[in-house]
Amino acid sequence: MASKEEPATPEEERLRIPARLDARAKIEHLAKKTITMARREVDPYVDIPSRTLSNVTFSKRKKIIEMGDATQRRSLFNLNQARKYMQTLLVARGCTQLLDEQKTTSIRDLYYMTKHTLADGKENTFDGQEESDPIIEDLEVTLGALREELHLFAAKRGSVVGPLTLVDAGDVIDLSRMGSGGWSVPGIVEPETIRFVGHGAKFILLVEKEAVWARLNEDKFWRRHECILVTGQGQPPRGVRRLLFRMVHELNLPLYVFVDNDPWGYYIHSVVKQGSIGLAFESKRMAVPRARFIGLSSFDPAAYDLSEDVSIRLNDQDRARAREILNYEWFRARPWQKEIRNMLRTGVKWELEALSSKGLSFVTEEFLPKKIADRDWI
Amino acid sequence: MTRVTAETLSRRQREISVSEFFAKNRHLLGFDSLRKALLTTVKEAVDNSLDACEEAGVLPEIWVELEAAKDTNRYLVRITDNGPGIVPEQAPKIFGQLLYGSKFHSLKQSRGQQGIGISAAAMYGQLTTGKPVSVESRTDRRSPAYAMQVLIDTNTNKPKAIGRRDLPDWHLDHGTLVELELEAKYLKGRQSVEEFLHQVAVANPHATLHYRSPNGETESWARTVEQNPTAPQEIKPHPHGVELGVLMKMLQSTRHKTVTRFLSRDFSRISPQLAGGLAKRAGINPKARPNTVARQTVDALYKAINDKKTRIRPPSTDCLSPIGVQELLAGLTRGVRAEFYGVETRRPAVYRGNPFQVEVGLAWGGDLAGDELAKVLRFANRVPLQYYAGSCCITKAVMDVSWRNYGLTQSRGALPSGPLIVLVHLASVWVPFSSESKVAVADYDEIRKEIKLAVQTCGRRLGQYVRRKARARNEARRREVFNLYIEEVVSSVEAITGKEQKLFRDRLLAISRRKTELAGMLEEAKGAAAGDDLEACENVLVVDPDAEPDAEPDAEPPAAPPVAAEAAADGEDAPGEGGAPAAEAVDSPEHLPPPIPAEAERDPGSQLELI
Repeated sequence: MASKEEPATPEEERLRIPARLDARAKIEHLAKKTITMARREVDPYVDIPSRTLSNVTFSKRKKIIEMGDATQRRSLFNLNQARKYMQTLLVARGCTQLLDEQKTTSIRDLYYMTKHTLADGKENTFDGQEESDPIIEDLEVTLGALREELHLFAAKRGSVVGPLTLVDAGDVIDLSRMGSGGWSVPGIVEPETIRFVGHGAKFILLVEKEAVWARLNEDKFWRRHECILVTGQGQPPRGVRRLLFRMVHELNLPLYVFVDNDPWGYYIHSVVKQGSIGLAFESKRMAVPRARFIGLSSFDPAAYDLSEDVSIRLNDQDRARAREILNYEWFRARPWQKEIRNMLRTGVKWELEALSSKGLSFVTEEFLPKKIADRDWI
Repeated sequence: MTRVTAETLSRRQREISVSEFFAKNRHLLGFDSLRKALLTTVKEAVDNSLDACEEAGVLPEIWVELEAAKDTNRYLVRITDNGPGIVPEQAPKIFGQLLYGSKFHSLKQSRGQQGIGISAAAMYGQLTTGKPVSVESRTDRRSPAYAMQVLIDTNTNKPKAIGRRDLPDWHLDHGTLVELELEAKYLKGRQSVEEFLHQVAVANPHATLHYRSPNGETESWARTVEQNPTAPQEIKPHPHGVELGVLMKMLQSTRHKTVTRFLSRDFSRISPQLAGGLAKRAGINPKARPNTVARQTVDALYKAINDKKTRIRPPSTDCLSPIGVQELLAGLTRGVRAEFYGVETRRPAVYRGNPFQVEVGLAWGGDLAGDELAKVLRFANRVPLQYYAGSCCITKAVMDVSWRNYGLTQSRGALPSGPLIVLVHLASVWVPFSSESKVAVADYDEIRKEIKLAVQTCGRRLGQYVRRKARARNEARRREVFNLYIEEVVSSVEAITGKEQKLFRDRLLAISRRKTELAGMLEEAKGAAAGDDLEACENVLVVDPDAEPDAEPDAEPPAAPPVAAEAAADGEDAPGEGGAPAAEAVDSPEHLPPPIPAEAERDPGSQLELI
């Protein structure tokens, strides 16, 4: 929620971290401000930009989700916030150590770096990685420094295969010779690590399901149709989203998103296209407004004569989520309203694998070629 | 079928012997089960002893001893007191004649009311074992003690004294010993003799009690109040408390010559003017002789007395003798090991013309079990009531209270649960028992309301205490949490800046101190606004369990008079220190002044076989 703070008293001027500083200097700035607050007998606090629906706006011009100005104050001397305040400083300290030692590590590693038992011998600084991960995101938005700048990355997830050559940490890699497993996408894909050398692709296809990606790879779909085949194994992690962004912009290729026909599939496409609510501060360097939703559409089963046998009935959760995203500003476009309402009307959802009921290679030989040829996308 | 004639009937009609009556009505008198018989016997004897001591102005000291007799299911009950003693001529009547006593004819707060008690126990003992009651007594140190046995002639309800003899050196200057054998069953636990004595100890802090169980375990409660309660005053009946039949009887037996004099002299709160008015309204000549008033006219008089328009002042209430605030606290602390004690004595009130007064004590926390329903200790004129809790007005009143307001949990229509004991004492010139065995108080709106109000007053103070405790805990916890986190914050800032930040830590600790104190004060201020100051309240005693954190866990709580709980009997408890009168754990029989000669020295011939 956006904070409704009492008007700031003179000594309580807002804690602002100058944007011109590098990550190390930003953390130091935060620490020094904390000391100043204590000297002025002010309860130390940090103002954390809110990562909530109420604090994001959809920019019609840029077609991406952007973060607003609302912040949430986290103070040391508030019983409900004290623990998180302490954790925020512990994470900052961990990042300082990484930066000073010029090492990069996973957010899981950072959890272990900052986890220990407090002096009372009972309480832990963190009780699990699920407690430390959001604190890292809090620190990112507070400092205005990305995870990569803090020398952190998430566990890597996602694979790529296709007519693309790149340099990864000095190694030249030909993504058309990656066998059945493909090239795994690292957590950090900034130009310092990954550089594109050349390609022979006409488009990029992002597939939600790894199984479908494997099917397409086995059929060498990417060779016949000259495309780069990517999977994020569900909601794509930041590394995959950043890689897609760079490929779209640097290689100037169209991006098609191929997901299950359910609210979660729609939302995967939406995150790739205009960014997410939680990471709205990353939208401008990750969102691909040109991304196309190629399927499965709720109109496809009828158009391609899929058997009702392979549909799944919508459950209450599906319906609630569908109604929720119907109200998101970036789903207001008519085609999306039609698409989602049609799903609710039919009362069923379809997985990508449902296409296999028409034959194992139906998706590669008929469905996708026809969809692309017909420009049948949203 | 032959017709029954008046002659045949008359042959069957005869006087019903007392023993027959008793056998048929033993449940009314509290002898309906073997276990209850033992309790009732002890109870009647202890009640008598306490009443006698208080009337004579002696601080009571009572010995209760139970012994298993040779035959199974038979027990020997021996009660000794240091009371005024009994003159030899009276003893047979007291112990051997039902409905003989000093209490039935007076309106005065006393333990016994009907004069059935101890003679009923004697009767029960004689009926079940055939043995008479043994009595030893001494009225003062100049006259010798005597011993006798009392037999009841069950046909005539007449007592018979046998084997009277002098006892040259009796162990007490004055007092009475009663010993009887009866068919009974001894069990510990709820509704046991131990529980009864324990509760007597709570409601009678001026009495010292000693107990020896059939298994030889001993327990003692030393007095914690060195003064007898003020003697209750005898009062004349209030017109509103008199029923029609009683009014008729009083008209017949009065010594006054006119109706007006009878009304104004034999009742309280009737002035001669009012008496004249009442007579006139009933259509009676005010000068008429009371015993000439016709039956219907008595009815009219009764109606006139109870008419709504007749204004009669409530009875005087100074005749009651409550336990008292300090005394009740002293009793509770010696009987219950708790953390918070709160008591409340209501002003006297009236039900149906009978003055009564309610006292309530709460004990919370400490050694009490926290996961059970609260225990209700019921007392009527200082006598514990142990049966029929569910139908008792006291239990109902305690359930009526919303205990959730005081920080306790309570299911709908149930007692609260938590580490709580609720003591309710009802003092009255005539306690309205719901049956002759005197175990439950009848449900009168006036009584229930008074109990509820007293419980609520105590409950509010308890709630205040519980909340304050939570506040103190909050403050301590808050500071502890802040100071723990401060260490992490300081070491983080030190690592980031690469400098030691001693001043920073000191400043954070100072803010922490200020913050927690402020929060504590704010909560304190809220609490103070909600009610009066607990420290200044003489109705409350708090035994702070945290006062001496280094003390041994079984050490006596310093602020309260130590208590001989069950543990005392096991000899686990150290005798109390710190000047407070201590209930000593008596672990050897020598500590129990044995008022009785050992078995072998007693006259074997005195045990006459009867029937």
